[in-house]
Amino acid sequence: MPDCAHTEPTDTELIAAVLKGDTPSFEPLVARYSPRLFATARRYARRESEVEDIVQEIWAKAFQKLNSFRGDAPFEHWLMRMAVHTCYDFLRAHQRNREATFTELGEPERDWLGQFVTDPDHASEHADAARQLVARILEELAPASRLVITLLEIEDRTVKEISQLTGWSVPLVKVRAFRARAEMKKCLAKLAQDKYL
Amino acid sequence: MSKMNLAHLKKKLLAAAKAHGPSDRVPFAFERRVMARLTPAPSVDLMAWWGRALWRSAGACVAICLLLGVWSALSMNRTSTASLSEDLEHTILASMDETDSTW
Repeated sequence: MPDCAHTEPTDTELIAAVLKGDTPSFEPLVARYSPRLFATARRYARRESEVEDIVQEIWAKAFQKLNSFRGDAPFEHWLMRMAVHTCYDFLRAHQRNREATFTELGEPERDWLGQFVTDPDHASEHADAARQLVARILEELAPASRLVITLLEIEDRTVKEISQLTGWSVPLVKVRAFRARAEMKKCLAKLAQDKYL
Repeated sequence: MSKMNLAHLKKKLLAAAKAHGPSDRVPFAFERRVMARLTPAPSVDLMAWWGRALWRSAGACVAICLLLGVWSALSMNRTSTASLSEDLEHTILASMDETDSTW
């Protein structure tokens, strides 16, 4: 019996079809890579409406600039570069006053910090409170610092990968990483100070 | 009260961020919303619309002209033996004849 397995079109085939004017061929690409884009956007925005706006913006830009995709790297890499740029633009557009204190911590977060103080090794990384605390700290950072800390420390990317994703030179990534770590240390010191006041 | 070890706190918090990666759930019908945004709405070409309207009305005008022509030819044959040019002359001069009689 012949093998009738339906093979899905490749990214290259779909892109070629879209560039010839077959716009509906873009939809399989959207379905294929949206999960990754949503996971990325959720690192930088809290509200679901903002997350969806970011991902829609990424796809709109990808569609407009599709003819600039040269094909020398996988489409996913090209798309992720666009995603990082869009997320960074979002962070800059939504910069808040970063003078906020940590006095408005919720009870679970205060309890987690209390447990960390008394027994650091047993304060669970899997606790929801820990996750909320780190999200709060990241929101206090400058956009470039938040981006670098997220890519470098949380997603474990190399400096070279961050340079390719952001378009920043390798020395600039290193300088920003240094500043981001100093900024995060300052935030943590403020958190400790607020806890003890 | 022990001093908070900031480096250890940072390590714990970053481990928490790594342990709980964000969801990759895609909202329902998201692809359709994206495609609706990318597919442009058909725009109205005013000149094309105007041209189509003129062609349609030209057909109607030709039909009316033909009908009127047939009607006038038939009515001319029944009522008068004079030619078209004589009838035209009579019509134009009729007003002048009336003017003479009033003076």
